[in-house]
Amino acid sequence: MITEQDIVGRGAVEGAKLMRDWFARLDVAAERKETAAYVFVMGSLAEVLRAFDMHLVFPEINSLQTAVRHVAHEYLGMAEEYGYSPDVCGYVKADVAMQLQGGKHSMGRLPKPALALATNACNTYVKWAEFWERYYKIPMVTLDIPGSRTAAGGAPPGTDAFESDRRYLEIQLRELITECERLTGTTLNMDRLREVLNYTNRMAAAWKRVLELNQSRPAMFNALVDGTIYLGVLNALRGTKEGAEYFERLVEEMEYKAAHGLGTIQDEKYRLLFVGVPCYPIFRRFHEMFADQGGVFVASSYLWFAAGGLDLGFQYDLERPIESLAEGVLVGVRHAGDAMLFHDQSLIEQVDQFEADGVVYHPVKSCRTVSTSLAGSRKALMKARDVQCLFIESDMMDRRVVSEAQLKNRIDAFFEGLSSHRLRTTSATA
Amino acid sequence: MRYAGGVDVGSTQTKAVVIDEARRIVGRSLIMTGANVVTAAQEAFQSALDDGVVREADVGYVIGTGYGRYKVSFGNDQVTEISCHARGAAHLFPGTRTVLDMGGQDTKAIRVTETGDVLDFCMNDKCAAGTGRFLQAASFALDIPLGELGGVAQGATRPVKISTTCTVFAESEVLGWAAKGKKIEDILMGVHRSIAARSVSLLRRVGVEEQVTFTGGVARNVAMVAVLNELLGVPLQVGEDSHYMGALGAALFAMDRIVAGQAAPAGAAS
Repeated sequence: MITEQDIVGRGAVEGAKLMRDWFARLDVAAERKETAAYVFVMGSLAEVLRAFDMHLVFPEINSLQTAVRHVAHEYLGMAEEYGYSPDVCGYVKADVAMQLQGGKHSMGRLPKPALALATNACNTYVKWAEFWERYYKIPMVTLDIPGSRTAAGGAPPGTDAFESDRRYLEIQLRELITECERLTGTTLNMDRLREVLNYTNRMAAAWKRVLELNQSRPAMFNALVDGTIYLGVLNALRGTKEGAEYFERLVEEMEYKAAHGLGTIQDEKYRLLFVGVPCYPIFRRFHEMFADQGGVFVASSYLWFAAGGLDLGFQYDLERPIESLAEGVLVGVRHAGDAMLFHDQSLIEQVDQFEADGVVYHPVKSCRTVSTSLAGSRKALMKARDVQCLFIESDMMDRRVVSEAQLKNRIDAFFEGLSSHRLRTTSATA
Repeated sequence: MRYAGGVDVGSTQTKAVVIDEARRIVGRSLIMTGANVVTAAQEAFQSALDDGVVREADVGYVIGTGYGRYKVSFGNDQVTEISCHARGAAHLFPGTRTVLDMGGQDTKAIRVTETGDVLDFCMNDKCAAGTGRFLQAASFALDIPLGELGGVAQGATRPVKISTTCTVFAESEVLGWAAKGKKIEDILMGVHRSIAARSVSLLRRVGVEEQVTFTGGVARNVAMVAVLNELLGVPLQVGEDSHYMGALGAALFAMDRIVAGQAAPAGAAS
């Protein structure tokens, strides 16, 4: 018999432990002079790399950890002294500083790369991976993944256009497999690939369910804080047994909370959507400035575009693994791109589905890719729905552009607006 | 007679207003904020009481606003200056739908309802370009008192173009134009146009809907009003009390609480 004490908050605790264990394993790998594949969250191809039993290093996750642990400025400073401009992405600079220090970071040490793998999902990825390629003199594989090309979305599976894009990607995947075989001296074990794909299938199905469950009132988890922990596990342990089991246990926790009406905060006054990348330099404090006034983030665009497509719940066909993998990567990365660039319609739908009272847009100095479209999206949303919107700018890494006093002032005004908006709508319907 | 108070502790100046039950301003004051924010709030409030010949015991509720709002230790509550400027502007100019507030280090564009509720707002982020501080830099560089800048700028015939957006670098750009022999009037008008352009950009972000009310310390600058009128293509509403709009809005919120029967918490002004 499961009790509330056993299950509530389990996902956050277990997730944090899994991440610590994962970093510890990388630390051991570095000690043993083992190498890794350096990959990005959008299009990591974790399934292929795990089928070759490679260690995976996600530099984006390493970098954000330095900000959460309040040491990012040391890494940024080092990269800037090396010659990088203050305007370059903070993730890139923190990673460069780590590499300049032999892989030392705030959670331990990173194994050196044997392979650099990038996609075109972010316009910085390619130049970032080129740094590893040249610094370590390692092979680099870049996957060119066709995007949607229009705001209306890409061609759906089953169409000729989709099949053409899928075949184009499948050829690139086979080139990646050849490179992995050359590097590891082994041939791809298709049964192992199927096993890994199956773990990812279980994670995707569970993650989709977790996101849907947060439509409940009150919300089961805070999409900004808890959600980011879950997201870390989703990416770092993609295609693993422990990842699949973790997410199935998370669904169990969320279903328990939903059935018992247990929200993430006691007094859920305002349901909010978050759009952008979290403010990691003041991660907890940022969340508290909303939670203290009864605001709970019920959904976050970060949980879509940084989920490597798993929010869609895509299921690989294990009977034709490579063909299906190409299909899944195409759908997932294309979706991640749309979630960053063409999200106005999906935000409108989420405002309705989650019964959101307000939307918080958080463009960051570091990343033009995720930030550029936010001003237009906000305008479109406000035109379509009578919903309060807050637009606050800071950064996900650089504390020099995070002004807590300015943020607090705007957040307070946002809540004053939410309060008067509720009074107006209540009196109008009375 | 019951009174309500509003104290707006800004980065540069602290303003206080006392209103009566008819929501008329009966006392006002303005002092430099200085280093001691708590003392500035107290002094400004006391001066407003003196100005209105109102006893502190007759003030039923006080609301603090501005960056130092949490330092109004004798106040009963705090409301952001964004809501307060919106409320004050809609009170003095009931047709207001858009507010531009230009203060010492903040410029705010606010869209409001007919009752002064905030619908949307936008502010300068991270840097003081496009705020009163930009004018202060020019005042310092050219050694002209802040209050005289607008009048001097109106004598411009061929305004220069100030290209920098950084308040610190603006000072060197201003001196650079002076070194090239440009007329002071033309340089100053260039500064005004640069600030106004950034403010108009903020306004367009929230959407400009008439009527537009201009508040904050810079609203007293005649050249700024003229340039903004020209760039926006609509006349700005500016009143004698535009500078006090934040404090007035705070006092109006305070009077709402009195009318609603909210008792002032312990440590309150009453």
